[in-house]
Amino acid sequence: MALPALLFFVAFGVVPLLGVLLLSFTSWDGIGVIRPAGFDSWRAVLTDPGLPHALWVTFVVMALSWAVQTPLSLLLGVFLAGHQRYRELLAVLFFIPLLLSSAAIAITYKALLDPNFGLGAGLHLPLLTQDWLGEARLAMGVIIFVVSWQYIPFHTLIYQGAVRQIPRSMYEAAQLDGAGRVRMFFRITLPQLKYTIITSSTLMVVGSLVFFDLIFVLTEGGPGDATRVLALDMYKRGFQANLMGQASAIAVILVLVGLTLALLLRRIGGGGSSASQLEGV
Amino acid sequence: MATTLRAGARQAAGGQKRRRRGRGARRPNWLGGAAGWLWLLIVIVPIYWILITSFKTQSNYFMMNPLAPPAEPTLDNYRFVIEADFARYFINSVIVTLGAIVPAVLVSFMAAYAIVRAGDLWLLRSVNALFLMGLAIPLQAAIIPVYLIIIRLHLYDTLLAIILPSIAFAIPLSVLVLSNFIRDVPKELFDSMRVDGASEWATLWHLAFPLTRPALVTVSIYNGLAIWNGFLLPLILTQSPNQRTLPLALWTFQGQYSVNVPAVLASVVLTTLPILVLYVIGRRQLLSGLTAGFSK
Repeated sequence: MALPALLFFVAFGVVPLLGVLLLSFTSWDGIGVIRPAGFDSWRAVLTDPGLPHALWVTFVVMALSWAVQTPLSLLLGVFLAGHQRYRELLAVLFFIPLLLSSAAIAITYKALLDPNFGLGAGLHLPLLTQDWLGEARLAMGVIIFVVSWQYIPFHTLIYQGAVRQIPRSMYEAAQLDGAGRVRMFFRITLPQLKYTIITSSTLMVVGSLVFFDLIFVLTEGGPGDATRVLALDMYKRGFQANLMGQASAIAVILVLVGLTLALLLRRIGGGGSSASQLEGV
Repeated sequence: MATTLRAGARQAAGGQKRRRRGRGARRPNWLGGAAGWLWLLIVIVPIYWILITSFKTQSNYFMMNPLAPPAEPTLDNYRFVIEADFARYFINSVIVTLGAIVPAVLVSFMAAYAIVRAGDLWLLRSVNALFLMGLAIPLQAAIIPVYLIIIRLHLYDTLLAIILPSIAFAIPLSVLVLSNFIRDVPKELFDSMRVDGASEWATLWHLAFPLTRPALVTVSIYNGLAIWNGFLLPLILTQSPNQRTLPLALWTFQGQYSVNVPAVLASVVLTTLPILVLYVIGRRQLLSGLTAGFSK
């Protein structure tokens, strides 16, 4: 009974993942004949200064988006797990970004941040009227912001669910001992959320490797190569420069980076009860 | 996830506590509150801007305060978008999404059932391990060989080209979520089915399937939204306008009419509308589906 699923997954998952390794040793323009090319693609990719740059950009996006999203999602998740009266209304609006496609979000922000016709220009706010996507640092900032805008609701949802499962008796006991809110947060909430933090971080980190559509539509890797992450580098080499061999080599690197990170985070999580959750990543 | 997945045991333990008044009732969480309202503002402003701008005329858009409601609201932008063949793209997206989730969820369910019921067989254990590995690997990295396979199957530039890999990419998480759920079905129920002489096949459909319904919904929502909003597969595996799905259509439309911001934003609203309707109908269901497998 597992056969149909297995067939699908092997045909369009396992075979392609092995195939990408094979293709990295060939030369192919995407249309014509595939020819064996030894280590040509690898040599080209590994000596190209574009690779360390793409790795660095990928790392920056990963680290910054993690650093922005984690504290905010944690704070918001704890807040939304409470029982304020207006929480329902807040929650309804709060999760709307989850419904939008990355393409829709990128298109919206592209128009919104337009230096001539966007929000800043219309409101005559010089601070908001900048060439957001035309300047390397700003463009990176915009990507981090938009990523956070899109994904913070998701992680907030995860934290909200987890906070609600912390036994209330723990807080009651702490309250009897005279612990304040801040102290309870650091002594009870945070340690109790340990595995959730790891799960959420793993999702953020591994997920950031495939922020393809958002960056593609928003900046196309620009200005210059300022926001050209690995996934985008793979796409551009393969489907724009028609160098499928090199693109496959980048894909192999992408897989290796993803696996390394997943294993690393799993080790930090320390196996045990977190294992089953981390498998969900 | 356990709220849906391990519903039985844990909710019995946690549900009662949850219902009582929370901490916030007595002592307001100022920091969380401030962050909550601030983030809400950050979320709302762009969405509000999308909505009002999509009803503005183009000249109106350039002249007015961008946050002021339209002086003379118009539906022209929506008409323009619909005339740009968005009905076809909409149908394409529906075909791709349904065409992928229905088989994906069915085969995942069957696999999950087999893995749970015969979990000791080394063969099924390794199948499960294979699926779990698929969760740790960014499957997008496999896109080039997928492209090659689709070409060789003569499926390039068809909707089926998007559907087939979408099914495969949806399987690992679906199997994980569903097998966790089936594992919580009491063994006695399976045993009594067997005593009654039911075949595994009958047990699968008449016992496991109805009991797993909440998880099936969860998995369908999670994958459905991902496929509905998917961009990379349609971008790489299709070419002609006839085969465009909504996200891709959005992108090409924006490329063509980038100056006409109100029309572009109307297209954003239109492509999100179906999901928004679902959100209004079943918000809880949708949100728990979104965190499939992740919220502990």
